[in-house]
Amino acid sequence: MGPFDLELASGECLAITGPSGAGKSLFLRMVADLDPNQGQMFLDGVEHRTLAAPAWRRKVVYNAAEPGWWHERVADHFDGEAVEFVRAMAPRLALAVSLLDDQVVQLSTGERQRMALIRALALASPVLLLDEVTGALDEDSTALVEAVLRERLAAGVAIAMVTHSAAQAARLGHRHLRMEAGRLVPA
Amino acid sequence: MNAILLTPFDLAIASVLIVLDGVLSLVLRLGLHTQLAWAAGRMVVQLVLIGFILRLVFALASPLATLAVVLVMVAIAGREVAARPEQRLGRFGNYAVGASAVAIATFLTAILALTTAIRPQPWYEARYAIPLAGIVLGNVLNGGSLALDSLLGGVVRERAAIEAQLALGASFGRAMRGLIRASVRRALLPIINQMSAAGVVTLPGIMTGQILAGMDPLEAAKYQILLIFLLSGGSGLAAVAVVYLAAMRLTDDRQRLRIDRLTARTRGPRP
Repeated sequence: MGPFDLELASGECLAITGPSGAGKSLFLRMVADLDPNQGQMFLDGVEHRTLAAPAWRRKVVYNAAEPGWWHERVADHFDGEAVEFVRAMAPRLALAVSLLDDQVVQLSTGERQRMALIRALALASPVLLLDEVTGALDEDSTALVEAVLRERLAAGVAIAMVTHSAAQAARLGHRHLRMEAGRLVPA
Repeated sequence: MNAILLTPFDLAIASVLIVLDGVLSLVLRLGLHTQLAWAAGRMVVQLVLIGFILRLVFALASPLATLAVVLVMVAIAGREVAARPEQRLGRFGNYAVGASAVAIATFLTAILALTTAIRPQPWYEARYAIPLAGIVLGNVLNGGSLALDSLLGGVVRERAAIEAQLALGASFGRAMRGLIRASVRRALLPIINQMSAAGVVTLPGIMTGQILAGMDPLEAAKYQILLIFLLSGGSGLAAVAVVYLAAMRLTDDRQRLRIDRLTARTRGPRP
């Protein structure tokens, strides 16, 4: 993998496409410091190793293509204030607020995917790393998710997203790179 | 206490039961008679051999010889703990984790019992220290291997859930908490069952042995209670030590989940 040399501005969306297995997810995971990596990463001039790993990951939030769940009930994945955030955000992504009281296994794949995105958005991080965030969604839901992401970008959040959809990369991405055999090249 | 001593003739009579099993195997064509003969033979040789070794070590009355015997037992138990799980930690991790946890739990438990409850003179006398360490080891081994299997299997199964928590800024300890608790709980279930059933469903082995050897049943019961307390304590200690030692090997200085340090045990095709 790599080496990579890139900058992401506040409010900028970097779209990454490329064949399966090229290392797109691994790249996002390394930026979130979830996988071993070398080199340096800075956020607002602060090198990532000067922060404790959990503190870095709260600022540079990675949302996996198939996000995991660690409680049985959906609501238990959100603490106090975050629950209010979910109540406000869920309808915007065409999710019923009552899903909070459901078991995770009762949710459809698409519902779980949107709920996981809300979980990541609830942290209000300056950077979002989104892996196939609309992979399991129909066109309508995809449009709703993209609208929320555009709002975040307008508010200054930087987003790096992996997508299999060149159309989505064109719609959201200010820049579009392709991952090919562990290298990022212009699309 | 008057033990009724057994003669080789007594054992020979009891062995008639094994011969009977063998005859049944032949008549019913179970094909077990060879295995049965081997297992019975092995058992006799192993037990007589350990009897001679213990007699020698007791006679030596040397703390070093006692320690050596206990260390060999701990090493074998550590290997058993390491061998059970489907998943292996790299660089002999399973063995390091198993042997350290078993050693910590066994030594702490056995020394506590020897210096407070049983109090032989001296406290490390081989006649007491070795059998006690042995029985504690047997249970510690069970607790430790269940905990290790549960933790390593759980990490693989629940990888997405653990990494989702890490990705949202949880510490590694926080992300592993549920699995750590579940693993310790699973390791303690057998001993809890054993305590609940003791004396009702079965007469525990030690108590049976002591009653057969002529001890007053109430005195035998006291010994058994002491031992069960020790075994529960030892199992709990071993389970906790195993899960924390193993969890430490599954992370690094950046609190990542290092699943790459695990490999599945290679097995031949199942019949």
